[in-house]
Amino acid sequence: MAEPRTKYDRQLRIWGDQGQAALEKASICLLNCGPTGSESLKNLVLGGVGSITVVDGSKVEEGDLGNNFMLDESSLGQSKAKCVCAFLQELNDAVKAKFVEESPEALIEMNSSFFSDFTLVISTQLVETSMLKLDGICRQANVMLICARSYGLTGLVRISLKEHNVIESKPDHFLDDLRLNRPWPELKMFAESIDINTPDPAVHKHIPYVVILLKLAEEWASSYSGCSPSTREEKKEFKDLLKSRMTAFDENNYKEAIDASFKISTPQGINSNLRQIIDDISAEVDSSSSDFWVMVAALKEFIANEGEGEAPLEGSIPDMTSSTEYYINLQKIYQAKAEADFLAVEQRVRNILKRIGREPAVITKTSIRNFCRNARKLTVCRYRLIEEEFNSPILLELQKYLNDEDYSYAIGFYILLRAVDRFAANYNRFPGLFDGHLQIPNILSYRGMDEDISRLKTIALGILGDLGCNSSTLTEDLINEMCRFGGAELHTVAAIIGGIVSQEVIKLITKQFVPMSGTFIFNGIDHKSQLLAL
Amino acid sequence: MAELTDSRSRSRDLDKLLLRPGNIVGKLFEPGPELRDDLREYARVLVVGAGGLGCELLKDFALSGFQKLEVIDMDRIEVTNLNRQFLFRLQDVGKPKAEVAAMRVMERINGVEIVPHFCRIEDKEDDFYSKFSLIALGLDSIEARSYINRVACSFLEYDSEGNPFEETVKPMVDGGTEGFKGHARVILPGTTPCFECTIWLFPPQVKFPLCTLAETPRTAAHCIEYAHLIKWGEMHSGKAFDADEPEHMQWVYTEALKRAELFGIPGVTYSFTQGVVKNIIPAIASTNAIISAACTLEALKILTGCSKTLSNYMTYNGLEGLHTKATEFVKDKDCLICGSGVLLEMDTSITLQKILLPYPCFTNSAQFMNLLGEDPMVLLSKPTSVVYMGNNLYKMVPPVLEEMTRSNLSLRLFDLMDKVSMGVVHVTGTAIKNDKKNSSLWKIRVVFKGMVDGVIDMDLAGGA
Repeated sequence: MAEPRTKYDRQLRIWGDQGQAALEKASICLLNCGPTGSESLKNLVLGGVGSITVVDGSKVEEGDLGNNFMLDESSLGQSKAKCVCAFLQELNDAVKAKFVEESPEALIEMNSSFFSDFTLVISTQLVETSMLKLDGICRQANVMLICARSYGLTGLVRISLKEHNVIESKPDHFLDDLRLNRPWPELKMFAESIDINTPDPAVHKHIPYVVILLKLAEEWASSYSGCSPSTREEKKEFKDLLKSRMTAFDENNYKEAIDASFKISTPQGINSNLRQIIDDISAEVDSSSSDFWVMVAALKEFIANEGEGEAPLEGSIPDMTSSTEYYINLQKIYQAKAEADFLAVEQRVRNILKRIGREPAVITKTSIRNFCRNARKLTVCRYRLIEEEFNSPILLELQKYLNDEDYSYAIGFYILLRAVDRFAANYNRFPGLFDGHLQIPNILSYRGMDEDISRLKTIALGILGDLGCNSSTLTEDLINEMCRFGGAELHTVAAIIGGIVSQEVIKLITKQFVPMSGTFIFNGIDHKSQLLAL
Repeated sequence: MAELTDSRSRSRDLDKLLLRPGNIVGKLFEPGPELRDDLREYARVLVVGAGGLGCELLKDFALSGFQKLEVIDMDRIEVTNLNRQFLFRLQDVGKPKAEVAAMRVMERINGVEIVPHFCRIEDKEDDFYSKFSLIALGLDSIEARSYINRVACSFLEYDSEGNPFEETVKPMVDGGTEGFKGHARVILPGTTPCFECTIWLFPPQVKFPLCTLAETPRTAAHCIEYAHLIKWGEMHSGKAFDADEPEHMQWVYTEALKRAELFGIPGVTYSFTQGVVKNIIPAIASTNAIISAACTLEALKILTGCSKTLSNYMTYNGLEGLHTKATEFVKDKDCLICGSGVLLEMDTSITLQKILLPYPCFTNSAQFMNLLGEDPMVLLSKPTSVVYMGNNLYKMVPPVLEEMTRSNLSLRLFDLMDKVSMGVVHVTGTAIKNDKKNSSLWKIRVVFKGMVDGVIDMDLAGGA
């Protein structure tokens, strides 16, 4: 039956069969299945994640029906984990769905080994103390963790894991690798074989811009003692030179050449991001190194040797105005160079594997080829323990956020989300959350509210003080709003937070795209949400 | 709280926002149980589209205190919807999306009523759209957005100072996604830019030049489009290509493959062929969930004032890390769709007459078209059509229409506009500016002298 593939067609176009296979192997654990947790899993179950385990110790109450789509009338009084799990299962029978009716806090306290079987743990609505403990457990067990919180009109998402390496980062915009600033002999020869002054207009307008640029760059260099255009004036002059060689107005190849003319004078060598990766301490590999770092070590050697300072050539070229023949030949020249670079890297990978005492063939050709193709876009993500961030945030950043208008709500919410947990630890309830579902404003609740506001303010300022920001304050409005929220988990906010969680899970599991770094603070007031790098 | 009812505790979380006063709220926010109850009872929301965004929107509205919803969608459920359109199951394939989506949400959530409309958006009269408090757009086409925007903005009326009448403003929230990226926006016609004001945000789709396809193919897409756009027509005289017909798709794929092999071009696969021919936009559950929820949250804020609203366009990009950005676009005051247009006061006695040849021949300033010719904002020299509420009052070409509308010329504009006190007509024609002739379109806000006050009084009486 063709159904499974067809069902996933729209996402396979994004992460491909490899990504889908990784997703189908993953086992995800969810802590607390309120709307934030339910929505996170909903998106993953639809996408065909391997298995889910829902952990929640609570029973379904009336109020839960108002914000969670994975419950209905018949769920009242039953185990929330069981009901949510059953509704999630309905979405996709290819997913193995399990539930554990136990409080996450108890599991974290009593049974830390429970978590080590999962690929990834999603914790939702955990207060600070439990979250920090869980973070320690997951880090120890080398299990990926995503912490999420929905709180009134705010919320947060934070990834926590030791290290995540991305080969297929698939950035939206990335400069193609044409090497026009450093053509190799075969490419030069190809350019030389074409007469760009051909009298045949049909041929003239079908010479690929790569050839036009190479030839005219050479012409330029011959009259500028071997240099390529560098100053703004020279670059303009070079464009004029290109323009002067047009023989008709409709020559798109020349228009493309003018637009791409900067490519002949881009700096040679690798970008700073890649430099940082090959200089990383992990690139000094031993038998315990991961395949990724073994390949980085080989890449480093390649750049220093055969690459002459450059990464392996990607090998693909963008579409450009050209005759079919020129284009296909050009494509072959780029592919041949990429293949040669790959073979050199592969040889180095095999040698390194031998050197560190591993089976030389253990990393497949396909992996190495894929690595080479993406060498310029490698990404390494590392995350501090949340506790470390809480105890010693990057002060410079913190100060910057506190003084930046664009960040004022986000950093305020960041502090206040911690403050409400301390409040809860002190008073056994969230600020603005009163007994007996007291919602309607009256004298009594207002007095209680005022008291909560001043208590929360004291706690928040205390946190800022502990962080060494004594002089900073938070706006009264925001503290007021935080108390008004009363710990509410609104469905829309939960759907946004849950959506982001599932997106990050997919990135982590498929090892494609770059997961977010830092703490994402959702700002549901004016949608000026921010990522805080603390 | 003795009167604590089931339904009240069901809105346990939402009540925090709707019942309590706040510091960062809308100007007209009046917290209290009445607000929550009014939202349930009076707020009517139309969800346009029951696809990836529409399914989410229906769920989000139903769980955000709304109980009167309608949904319109002309499509039937397909297998490829199932990775994100969570209200549908495999056994639903082939059924109308609107109907299944409405049923599923009503089954799950007590108290919510959803009326499905399995039809095209153009099939509904404008009146249908006027009854909603807000319209939420979950669409994937520019044309459909443009259509709804035009209808919603057609209700908009301005006072004599050019400020929109509150009760004629039809708010919209609009979402869109593509892979890991998306946008959510708020449209308050007359205040924030309408869809047309910022149409440039949607760049036109890039099409391959036919000569590239025919003569110098270089990529797999070129081979596919050759088979699809050129070869199909040559080989199937008269038979239209249908992308939903697997045999047609298979034919295009086979032909594209042949052509690719001929030229030594790699990369033609069946899946890629489908992608190119149907212009498939990749779609995933998470982005749809995020964008829809942002739209619904804004809708709740617009209708209740329970917090500040987004000003007015949020972009979301989850591809590399996570970036969101709120941008405040400004409306185009000359927008033909939401702008106030050119105000023209006139007597009820004015006719459309003498617009016809020989032109211009007005000596009588009491003629509508002549008024336009004199207005410094318009300077019309030769009208080609006059349209009111989508009906041609006059059209110069084609001859058939000219003949049909000719009799209107002798009628009073006041009568042609059903004796309204004010209304908007769209006029196309040639304008002379700096001695140059340009063809233009104007939005003319006609106000009949001596009528406006009386009508406003009547409205007040009716509302009391």
